[in-house]
Amino acid sequence: MSDSEKAVKDLIKREYEHGFVTDIESDTFEPGLNEDVIRRISEKKGEPEWMLAWRLKAYKAWLEMEEPEWAHVKFPKINFNEIAYYSAPKSKTDGPKSLDEVDPELLRTYEKLGIPLHERARLAGVAVDAVFDSVSVTTTFKEKLTEAGVIFCPMSEAVHKHPELIKKYIGSVVPQKDNYYAALNSAVFSDGSFVYIPKGVRCPLELSTYFRINEANTGQFERTLIVAEAGSHVSYLEGCTAPMRDENQLHAAVVELVVMDDAEIKYSTVQNWYPGDEEGKGGIYNFVTKRGACIGRNSKISWTQVETGSAITWKYPSCVLRGEGSVGEFYSVALTNNFQQADTGTKMIHLGKNTKSTIIAKGISAGKSDSSYRGLVRFGPGAENARNYTQCDSLLIGDKCGAHTFPYIESKNSSAVIEHEATTSKVSDDQLFLCQQRGIDAEHAVSMIVNGFCKEVFKELPMEFAVEATKLLEVSLEGSVG
Amino acid sequence: MLEIKELKATVEDKQILKGLNLSVKAGEVHAIMGPNGSGKSTLSQVLAGNGAYEVNGGSVDYQGKDLLELSIEERAREGIFLAFQYPVEIPGVSNLQFLRTAMNNIRQHRGENEISAAEFMKLAKEKIKQVNLDASFLKRGVNEGFSGGEKKRNEIMQMLMLEPSLAILDETDSGLDIDALRIVADGVNALRSPDKAVIMVTHYQRLLDYIVPDFVHVLAGGKIIKSGGKELALELEEKGYGWLGIDADDAK
Repeated sequence: MSDSEKAVKDLIKREYEHGFVTDIESDTFEPGLNEDVIRRISEKKGEPEWMLAWRLKAYKAWLEMEEPEWAHVKFPKINFNEIAYYSAPKSKTDGPKSLDEVDPELLRTYEKLGIPLHERARLAGVAVDAVFDSVSVTTTFKEKLTEAGVIFCPMSEAVHKHPELIKKYIGSVVPQKDNYYAALNSAVFSDGSFVYIPKGVRCPLELSTYFRINEANTGQFERTLIVAEAGSHVSYLEGCTAPMRDENQLHAAVVELVVMDDAEIKYSTVQNWYPGDEEGKGGIYNFVTKRGACIGRNSKISWTQVETGSAITWKYPSCVLRGEGSVGEFYSVALTNNFQQADTGTKMIHLGKNTKSTIIAKGISAGKSDSSYRGLVRFGPGAENARNYTQCDSLLIGDKCGAHTFPYIESKNSSAVIEHEATTSKVSDDQLFLCQQRGIDAEHAVSMIVNGFCKEVFKELPMEFAVEATKLLEVSLEGSVG
Repeated sequence: MLEIKELKATVEDKQILKGLNLSVKAGEVHAIMGPNGSGKSTLSQVLAGNGAYEVNGGSVDYQGKDLLELSIEERAREGIFLAFQYPVEIPGVSNLQFLRTAMNNIRQHRGENEISAAEFMKLAKEKIKQVNLDASFLKRGVNEGFSGGEKKRNEIMQMLMLEPSLAILDETDSGLDIDALRIVADGVNALRSPDKAVIMVTHYQRLLDYIVPDFVHVLAGGKIIKSGGKELALELEEKGYGWLGIDADDAK
């Protein structure tokens, strides 16, 4: 065996880096879903009556709904009564606390994940909300943010402290009945982050939420709501990991963004949920609804996602471009390896005049995986002079994987301009041979070629995370060559 | 430097090389000529280690090592460089990034330190100028959107950067206009030195006006059937291959 072949073999053996389990005593509900479970979740959070009523309404709607089957993914039917809907590390006091009170075992977990929660640590310019199973562990840099008037806190805290804002905006972008998983989330959501940027404020820090699933047989259902008032600006990033388990686990989140006049939200995701093993056993089902409403004039939402994890990804971060001159952007890299499946893309709904949207989607398939881009661009009757540019590129590694593109375009306004480009390419033997002939080994060559392919998307990520994303891609591709 | 004995190779189960012998010493420039389908490109690919070709006989000694035992990248790191006939594009990977990775891999293999960013930039700018390409080409993706001639010049630029011991040019002259040909030839001549060797696979005599070889070999039917000095090329130009008893069918 040559050295390079050996290196490839060694790399294949390397495991999912974040697959460890934190040994911590937790308070976990018995699996099962019924009205009583929802009441208990609400009770755990000490929620006001209106919040419970909202949940129950969603639950009733969910019971009437059917699971969507149009996505290009295959998996056995989920038994929603086998999932536990609440799990939290046991603690002496309830609710989020200062760092000193957080269980050291939890701090070590985040340390290990590369997300130190001490404010002076590596991510010094980023405020972090750490969500562990169903609860927020801590939120950093609270004082600095408060000074600027920015609210950044766990959803469960926001329900108490800012009920008027939550009442006004929750479900305003993704209604309870929007889709099957959004309805489920609305009924059982446990935590997540709430962000409010007041008028004219440029958020002084990058905001970030780090989601961790730890407990077995537990689903994670978090809800994130970000409101950017007129003239404000915020950059928000979320990251996600989970232990390696043989069973599939469900993650069904809802994210809502609301953007007023001249405001901007930049939302970046580095998704690295456990993808399952080489035989396709285990992994997270990532069924997520993300949508932003550009309500104000010249408002802007920019979604950037790097999706490398999860057994199945079903996710379409979207923009409703209502305000005149509002802008929606979607930059995506979705990588699937082994038996992973991804059906992901975006919806750009143009309602206002002179609205603009850009979609750059890069799909990379390796192993026996299957990756689909699904996108909708819709121009309403009022979308005078609206424009969309879509570019979908697929890259195949090996000959056992698949890539698919499902673009949908609907126009009710003849002045709309749509440009669509799509390509499919392979990492060719010739490209590899060229790299190797210049002294670069195959594994390194593939990651270089893939990174080159993703360049347009990576440059949209905040700097620290662009580096993370590059590394993540290398890890995810290990073993896809040779 | 290079000792090829009775080399046999197949591609897609077709026997292309049928017992090829060639000896190349440091400081020499060898030209390999021959009709289409005679195995010229196969020889280049086999020496570089392309997995699409299978060696089924013979031996290749390169600087005291069994070349056929080395992986593609090991051969490259040991100083073998192949200038491709059809250089491929690698979109999004800049020439700079590509070359620096290559260079550092080679240096690491030799037990040398990585080249500093400043030193590398200086060298890259100097070499890109030498092949008469604008410095902006360094930041573009490898061969991405380059014209045929630009790709070939980019190959020569890479060769000058990596300073191989043995450079193999696979029909680098094909499709070049006279100015580009001169630039390529200047590049190769700049590489010539007592410790380096060059093998040029070519169809046309005209390249040899600019890069004067020490030896010329005629490859036909998978073997070298005639060797001589630079005057052999002129003879071929004048008489064609017919007088050597080769016809097109034989060659195939």
